[in-house]
Amino acid sequence: MSSSKECNLPSTSADSAEAEVFSLSASPAELKAVAKKIRRHIVTMTGAAGSGHPGGSLSAVEIVTTLYFKMMRHKPRDPQWPDRDRFILSKGHAAPLLYATLAECGYLPVSELCTLRQLDSFLQGHTDCTITPGVEMSAGALGQGLSFALGVALAGRLNKQDYRVYALLGDGECDEGQVWEAAMASAHFKADSLVAIVDNNGQQIDGWNRDVMNLEPFPDKWRAFGWRTIEIDGHSIPQLTRAFKQAKKIKGQPTVIIAHTIKGKGVSFMENNPDFHGSAPNEIEVELALKELE
Amino acid sequence: MKPEVSLRETYGKTLLELGMENPDIVVLDADLSRSTMTHFFAQKLPERFFECGIAEQNMISIAAGLASSGKIPFASTFAVFAPGRCFDQIRMSIAQPQLNVKIVATHGGITVGEDGSSHQSIEDLALICSLPGFNVIVPADAIETAQAVEAAVTTHGPFYIRLCRPKSQLVYNEDYRFQLGKAVTLRKGKDATIIAIGLMVKEALETAQNLQSEGIDCRVLNMPTLKPLDQAAIIKATETGAIVTAEEHLEHGGLGSMVARVVTQNRPVPMEMVSLKDSYAKSGKPAELLKRYGLTAKDIEKAVKSAIKRK
Repeated sequence: MSSSKECNLPSTSADSAEAEVFSLSASPAELKAVAKKIRRHIVTMTGAAGSGHPGGSLSAVEIVTTLYFKMMRHKPRDPQWPDRDRFILSKGHAAPLLYATLAECGYLPVSELCTLRQLDSFLQGHTDCTITPGVEMSAGALGQGLSFALGVALAGRLNKQDYRVYALLGDGECDEGQVWEAAMASAHFKADSLVAIVDNNGQQIDGWNRDVMNLEPFPDKWRAFGWRTIEIDGHSIPQLTRAFKQAKKIKGQPTVIIAHTIKGKGVSFMENNPDFHGSAPNEIEVELALKELE
Repeated sequence: MKPEVSLRETYGKTLLELGMENPDIVVLDADLSRSTMTHFFAQKLPERFFECGIAEQNMISIAAGLASSGKIPFASTFAVFAPGRCFDQIRMSIAQPQLNVKIVATHGGITVGEDGSSHQSIEDLALICSLPGFNVIVPADAIETAQAVEAAVTTHGPFYIRLCRPKSQLVYNEDYRFQLGKAVTLRKGKDATIIAIGLMVKEALETAQNLQSEGIDCRVLNMPTLKPLDQAAIIKATETGAIVTAEEHLEHGGLGSMVARVVTQNRPVPMEMVSLKDSYAKSGKPAELLKRYGLTAKDIEKAVKSAIKRK
């Protein structure tokens, strides 16, 4: 871990056996409350930074909340625990979402979230796995995460470990040819511990996917590449939970969950508003957003 | 006369030997395993070999994922495709997080021959050496190749090893010991220093021998590790008052410009760079190409004389 200014990281346990496995017992009401807290963090931290990507962070809140609080086996006090399930954030611009979630799990102090994007912060603009505990991959250049996740899954198979690997992709990200190279290879290698989740919010920087670069028929493409394909409402925690459980039972092929979402979800004036893809809310907007998220 | 031995066949066989000893070694290839010679490993250890098809970007990021989970991946293809085809993947997935991935690229330089410019890798060293923290090795012969591959296994961090296609006459004896980051003085001399890499090393030795009869006493350095560069050896070479570099690569960003950076910042002396200058080559036999593009012992000779004249 490289040194960071006033880096108040919680102490990590050297002995995996001592660090506790994160409890996944949260009730549906508690999960909803966590999701709301994470949304508040995203708004606050991008607002404080004055830049960042709130839209595509807000759209995937339920996906990431469900994984960390309901599905994944992990130890916040031992981020390198070899048997942990892995979450690979391929759409690295949703870093605020990952940081907020890691903070709520106890990987990072919540108080550090406001240092996002500042010089010497361990919360970089896009994810940097060399300095942020719990971040599996340095990302930000789109299209690489699914290949990386496949490598992690193949290593698990060779090591006879039973961890699962979850990769979160943006729908716009699927313009990248490498995503389809990885899709082909994952099915070829029968990587059934691998689950891709596409945050299908329908928008990318220059506008709607259908206008920028049409992805449809999107689910058919994944099926044609050999993936078990599940479509759900990406803001429904029960649907997400069911889909992840279903994926666990699928043998011999990878699973993709196409999660239909709304960019900027949870804040009325950010929803489906491309202005908030790569721009932070100003002070007044932060205040309005937090009121909506009370 | 020493025998000619294939560097890539040596790579393939060394990789298999090391793989038999070390279960963490895994190998990836992009539909070129018979050319890169990773097929030796694939045949004996198929469960640790990943054929990625013609998809180099995917191969590099898969290798990164394997490395992040404790494996020691060797990813091989032609030098023109890695780093050329997958530079961003190498940058973001390997260099930035300093992952333990070893890229061994074969068919470096113009001696690929008849396949022509699309397959002649003449920019790869500039690209890969630009990445912070990468170890970059260009072995001069098969003996150095085997040891460079071993060093890549025992040294944590990203590696790029560039091998040529043709068999090449041995430069070293079996008792040679490769040291990462160290230049090797192959011949002592006081009038000028030739610093060479890869196939140019034996040309440089021939040059030095030819010039001896004219009363010019050349030092010859092999610089197998381009990164980290042996700055001390370069600074010491300035005592000969003239330096000539020789490489099968463009002038821009290759050995010549790396040596010049050290020389000009420490003790400037006249330099000449024997390289491909600034153009693509054509199809032809390796020897014909080396002659056409000025990469022979004779060309190095001319450069040495010109550098000495400017002392």
